Amino acid sequence: MATIEALDAPPKKPRKRPFLRRRAVRRALPWVVIVAIFVLWEVVVRAFQIEEFVLPAPSAVFAAGWEWRGPILENSWQTLLTTVVGFAFAVIFGLLTGVALGSSSLIYDGFYPALVGFNSIPKVAVIPILVIWFGIGTVPAIITAFLISFFPILVNVAAGIATVEPELKDVLRALGARPWQVILKVGLPRSMPYFFASLKVSITFAFVGSIVAETVASNKGIGNLMLVASSRFEVPLAFAGLLVTSIMGIGMYLVAEFIERRTTGWATRGADGGARRA
Amino acid sequence: MNFVDLDGVSLRYGEDGDGTLALQSATLGVAAGEFVAVVGPSGCGKSTLMKVVTGLWPPTAGTVMVSGKEVVAPLSIVGMAFQNPTLLPWRKTLDNVMLPLEIVQPHSGRLRSARATYVAKARDLLALVGLRGFEDSFPWQLSGGMQQRASLCRALIHDPELLMLDEPFAALDMFTREELWLALQDVFMARRPTVILVTHDLREAVFLADRVLVMSARPGRIIAERAVDLPRPRKLDITYEPYSVALVHALREHISAARATAA
Repeated sequence: MATIEALDAPPKKPRKRPFLRRRAVRRALPWVVIVAIFVLWEVVVRAFQIEEFVLPAPSAVFAAGWEWRGPILENSWQTLLTTVVGFAFAVIFGLLTGVALGSSSLIYDGFYPALVGFNSIPKVAVIPILVIWFGIGTVPAIITAFLISFFPILVNVAAGIATVEPELKDVLRALGARPWQVILKVGLPRSMPYFFASLKVSITFAFVGSIVAETVASNKGIGNLMLVASSRFEVPLAFAGLLVTSIMGIGMYLVAEFIERRTTGWATRGADGGARRA
Repeated sequence: MNFVDLDGVSLRYGEDGDGTLALQSATLGVAAGEFVAVVGPSGCGKSTLMKVVTGLWPPTAGTVMVSGKEVVAPLSIVGMAFQNPTLLPWRKTLDNVMLPLEIVQPHSGRLRSARATYVAKARDLLALVGLRGFEDSFPWQLSGGMQQRASLCRALIHDPELLMLDEPFAALDMFTREELWLALQDVFMARRPTVILVTHDLREAVFLADRVLVMSARPGRIIAERAVDLPRPRKLDITYEPYSVALVHALREHISAARATAA
């Protein structure tokens, strides 16, 4: 009887969506988390009276950032440029070698072990050698950014091309397509989702590369600025440098993601996408 | 003079000649404009036959002649459709259908200057199989049957003289499959290509083909041949009439026998 009563009961008012499910709330959530981290940080530093040269409070970091905005801007521009140039080389080289390795098992078998060996060399260890070759400055930083970021691109592009379904290849081969046409029409588009996934990893690596190189072997860039700041016990300024680096990293990541969504939407379609037309 | 001629064609997979023997001295001829269906137990080398005829795999022994020339490399006068629609997921339906035009000469040279003509042709073809209005949809926005129709259009867009269909309807439900039989019959009657259809659906073979070939279990050989003497256009009901039913039964007997000898 209970079920029948339930059926006869007047329909309830449509319930509001739970607070945490609302779209606006979802959008705001990352910002809330970031602000909360800073607030917690500030509270901890004040409550335990931590010395500024050990861990500066966010307020001190922002103050230092504003005070030194001139040098920070100048040096982060230098770092951004270094990173982007190194990264651009990594993209070109990674794509070309990725296509070569992915489309020919002969090239793959021959070169891949050597590339793995090369990639396992810690890039920081290469910087002194680069300094001997090119001197202190921008060039070693660009090369380090390149060296550290090309491998994920190469591996992903190669994987994308090597895993093209044989049926898809047959479709083109049965039309008399040449191998380069198969790569151009199927292999490359097919590997694009892999490619963009690797870009998001690689761009962060590139920042690591350029900043490490700037710290070790440069008189410019945000890495150098942080080194100088910490050697003068200007710890808030060093932290401001970290903050700026992270903002640049996020910015480049977003750029990569934006391009990804515009060009490879077919691979990341929503689950409801199929119902749109069919 | 046949359009397609296979003479004692064998194919053994594997580089050293110790792999599976998939096809054994297959000999068959298909006249120009003829619709031939190849049926047989599963794994009997039907798909291998397709690959050999189109030049995707060179035969281990024997010769394959198409249009009076020996096949030594993949042919460009062939349109192929497979069991899976194999549409490129990053291309819209229209662009998928137009893919062969970007590769096959002389179309690829003309595509840029005569694009409008080719687009109109692709749209007509899509309309013929009932896909009008879906030109700008991506493959994943289409149902399985619709994808298969688009795949059929792609096989036809460059006016191939030879159409090779490798179980194109096998993954579809019966109603969709019958709809597509009719669509394929329309296309066949409108353009009269030479068609080789590989299938394991005997009703399908009888409904569509002029001649049905039965292959033995692996290694595949042609063991029987039946002409289908029915006027076109054929209606779906025809598959339930005594003539067709008897034919399906006879083919079935051949296949059972082939399976028994294999076991």
